[in-house]
Amino acid sequence: MAPVLQSSQPWVEKYRPKQVKDVAHQDEVVRVLTNTLETTNCPHMLFYGPPGTGKTTTALAITHQLFGPELYKSRVLELNASDDRGINVVRTKIKNFAAVAVGSGRQGGYPCPPYKIIILDEADSMTEDAQNALRRTMETYSKVTRFFFICNYISRIIEPLASRCAKFRFKPLTEEIMSSRILYICKEEGLHLDSEALSTLSSISQGDLRRAITYLQSAARLFGSAISSKDLISVSGVIPAEVVQALFSACKSGNFDLADKKVSNLIAEGYPVSQMLSQLYDVVVEADDMSDEQKARICKKFAEADKCLIDGADEYLQLLDVASNTMRALCNTSQEFSLGV
Amino acid sequence: MLWVDKYRPKTLDKVLVHQDIAENLKKLVTEQDCPHLLFYGPSGSGKKTLIMAVLRQMFGASADKVKVENKNWKIDAGTRTIDVELTTLSSTHHVELNPSNAGFQDRYVVQEIIKEMAKNRPIDTKGKKGFKVLVLNEVDKLSREAQHSLRRTMEKYSASCRLILCCNSSSKVTEAVRSRCLNMRINAPTEEEIVKVLEFIGKKEGLQLPPEFASRIAQQSNRSLRRAILSFETCRVQQYPFTNNQAIPPMDWEEYVSEIASSILKEQSPKRLFEVRGKLYELLVNCIPPDIILKRLLYELLKKLDSELKHEISHWAAYYEHRLRLGQKAIFHLEAFVAKFMSIYKGFLIETFG
Ligand SMILES: Nc1ncnc2c1ncn2[C@@H]1O[C@H](COP(=O)(O)OP(=O)(O)OP(=O)(O)O)[C@@H](O)[C@H]1O
Ligand SMILES: Nc1ncnc2c1ncn2[C@@H]1O[C@H](COP(=O)(O)OP(=O)(O)OP(=O)(O)O)[C@@H](O)[C@H]1O
Ligand SMILES: [Mg+2]
Ligand SMILES: [Mg+2]
Repeated sequence: MAPVLQSSQPWVEKYRPKQVKDVAHQDEVVRVLTNTLETTNCPHMLFYGPPGTGKTTTALAITHQLFGPELYKSRVLELNASDDRGINVVRTKIKNFAAVAVGSGRQGGYPCPPYKIIILDEADSMTEDAQNALRRTMETYSKVTRFFFICNYISRIIEPLASRCAKFRFKPLTEEIMSSRILYICKEEGLHLDSEALSTLSSISQGDLRRAITYLQSAARLFGSAISSKDLISVSGVIPAEVVQALFSACKSGNFDLADKKVSNLIAEGYPVSQMLSQLYDVVVEADDMSDEQKARICKKFAEADKCLIDGADEYLQLLDVASNTMRALCNTSQEFSLGV
Repeated sequence: MLWVDKYRPKTLDKVLVHQDIAENLKKLVTEQDCPHLLFYGPSGSGKKTLIMAVLRQMFGASADKVKVENKNWKIDAGTRTIDVELTTLSSTHHVELNPSNAGFQDRYVVQEIIKEMAKNRPIDTKGKKGFKVLVLNEVDKLSREAQHSLRRTMEKYSASCRLILCCNSSSKVTEAVRSRCLNMRINAPTEEEIVKVLEFIGKKEGLQLPPEFASRIAQQSNRSLRRAILSFETCRVQQYPFTNNQAIPPMDWEEYVSEIASSILKEQSPKRLFEVRGKLYELLVNCIPPDIILKRLLYELLKKLDSELKHEISHWAAYYEHRLRLGQKAIFHLEAFVAKFMSIYKGFLIETFG
């Protein structure tokens, strides 16, 4: 028998703040919730913003701080996109949970306000019907329940729900905040990052702290406790600058076959085209040997290709089209292709 | 057993390519707190091989004792129960499946199985709880809903269930899922690396492999190791001893696409378009994916075109492939591309030659 592996949690979970006050960078929501801890007043909440900015963390922290471990199970219902949240669940499960009355008064040192909390994480993946069904439930039980909606895209939450909530946008973390959090983890884990590595990590994670922590843990496993900027880039999936530059130069050369070869090669190397587009974008925007019109033409195509990729279009064909368009813009060929014959 | 399976390296120590990645993976899984992993890279680059070797590294030889099962899930969706059937491959430590095969019900599969696995955590003699690994293939083909379902689950059950995701194109995996994994890019082996593998197999099989012949197989393989090994074995069946200029049979469907390309270049007319339509149908009926057909057709056409036209034709290929994704009937879009090509090419011929 092979030994059964002990499990311990990945660092992202290990370093998930347990208290609202430890959530970094989201000052507004932290202020409101700190207040809630004192007054026990709490409106319905809607947290929205990009991945890894602390939305789930905040919701879990406040509910744990309000009810403590004893009452948590009976007072908090956490439903996420992995639970079935069709219209029927809303009608039955949520209603049943919401309907049972609760007592009030502090218990075991926790405020234990006289309501229940229902956390609907990843609410943007709920159908509109299910969201509509929730409207009534929210109103009927508003005395005894509070709803926390969490999502990446606020536009996917129907207006009647959104308007019933206090809305908080979770901002991507700034590089400074990110750095200080990372330094804290480094201290706990006994790692050493030089300042270049630290700023690289903050910038490649693009405001997503979860990503930063995952990179850090992986780099620590692979390269030991002294981690350099290069180590971090290699675990991050960022495309090396010279690879991006090579494609761009091929476009400049005006040689279609050369660009085609570069594109095929990039695909074979497995570089994600969406990543390529965002790095090419930086190159184009920063270039000082192009006219604004050329830049506009090139970037317009980036946008179109990005949309096509989201629709599931083929990566090779999209990147080839982008490269060909870039080449034509750089060589000032006026040619635009239109559907009309 | 086919050579591709027979010579698939079983452990991280034995891989012939991606040695650096294998070395890294070994370090990653030594501690028990390894993050979820996402393997991505082109077809035949060696993802599956590495994943199996990682499982072996984690759990020892018992990870190899797998059984194939047709599993049935009955999912309670309020008023009705949903039946989902799917083939799984499992050992005592891991389960592997292809959730996109459940079509639009993929979401339920993802939801159910992780919870199920989290419930039956293995416990060792000291009473410590371990974790299981869930390998999900083709995650780029998962519906948005299924990908969304993964998000919180990946966090919530991270102590009991570690995920290994595998796909060709990571652009199609949502940001939120990628952010929850360590991303491992598995590049296609270079031609030299492919030759190295072919030589290794040749030696094991006791064959004389002329170097030039080996590198020709590698060139034709389009950097797919699987394809190179398959055609190596085919050549072995067709003619041995090998000669340097021995023919390497192309895939049937590729030959067929090349014929389509020539016939389009020869004549541009409604009649020809109609004939081509029949041939495209034939390919689709034989389960060649439409995007692969379109890419191959573009490849054949580009070989014959003037540079000026290359831009325009590759643009339309991208355009119609995108439409094909959004639509339902692949044949419409393939045919539209051919018609577009004919019209452009005819215009070009008239302009140039009158
Ligand atoms: N503001 C923050 N302060 C401290 N740690 C954070 C913060 N944001 C994210 N983290 C870290 O990143 C991890 C993931 O954060 P969290 O689950 O809250 O993200 P999220 O905003 O819910 O993202 P998603 O939209 O992808 O669900 C946490 O476990 C924590 O380690
Ligand atoms: N590291 C390696 N060393 C030697 N041979 C390898 C290695 N990786 C893969 N191979 C060979 O290449 C074949 C194809 O690899 P594999 O099945 O892992 O590809 P894949 O990336 O999963 O492809 P697909 O995306 O098409 O499923 C294997 O059957 C094996 O024979
Ligand atoms: Mg979350
Ligand atoms: Mg595979």
